Amino acid sequence: MNEFNGEIKKMMIILSKATLENVYAAFVLANGARMEGIEAEMFFTFFGLEAIHKKKLEHLHVATVGNPAMHMPTMLGGLPGMEALATSMMKKEMEKIDMPDVHEFLEILTASGVKLWACKLAMEMFHYTKEDLYEGVDDIITVGDFYKQGSGLGTHMLFI
Amino acid sequence: MEKMIAGTTVTVNEEGYLTNFAQWNKAVGEELAKEANLSLTPRHWEVLTYLQNEFKNDVALSIRRVGKSGVVDIKEFYALFPNAPLKTATKIAGIPKPASCI
Repeated sequence: MNEFNGEIKKMMIILSKATLENVYAAFVLANGARMEGIEAEMFFTFFGLEAIHKKKLEHLHVATVGNPAMHMPTMLGGLPGMEALATSMMKKEMEKIDMPDVHEFLEILTASGVKLWACKLAMEMFHYTKEDLYEGVDDIITVGDFYKQGSGLGTHMLFI
Repeated sequence: MEKMIAGTTVTVNEEGYLTNFAQWNKAVGEELAKEANLSLTPRHWEVLTYLQNEFKNDVALSIRRVGKSGVVDIKEFYALFPNAPLKTATKIAGIPKPASCI
């Protein structure tokens, strides 16, 4: 804890999931870092890419299956329409607390100076191209590039 | 605690935020800006005045709300007050630090 007396200088946040609750957690952490004067960069990999996929980012869902905090039987959560119902309920609550939707949140992040990186390997796996991505995405990079971005004292990495 | 600034005594909390907006004046604002290594332009003042008005109207401030204000967009807000704009600007404006996560 000697470096900068343990002060956080930069947050490198890796998002590997596309469930709404995980996407929001990552976005709030990145934005919150910038609000505190901490640099922030995000790396979207595997399903996390959906959060920056133009056609998919408006349709992200809350997970109702395999999520014990939903307090509903797993079989019930798997019924058709349950995810959509839970998602619309969560979105209503978010609006009440002034939480932006995914697209607006991406705009806030880029305007705040958060760097957005797409994982090259996952892009190839899902056959996505740069044109599929939200226009504020900085570039498609390798994991090695991402580590290089995070070099320097006081950098912390977070995997979501 | 009390603090001597721009020829007046003001009361501040442990983070340096004024606890009584009535003690704030423009000279105090200028001094607080200097402490944050900023020199205030008319653009800064427009934003500071907006923040103070929101405070007077009991509006909870957030980055999103500032960005939608029509006074300043988020990018310019960060450019005017680099490093934690909401925290820095509210401190200079003499109003409480917003307890906002967004």
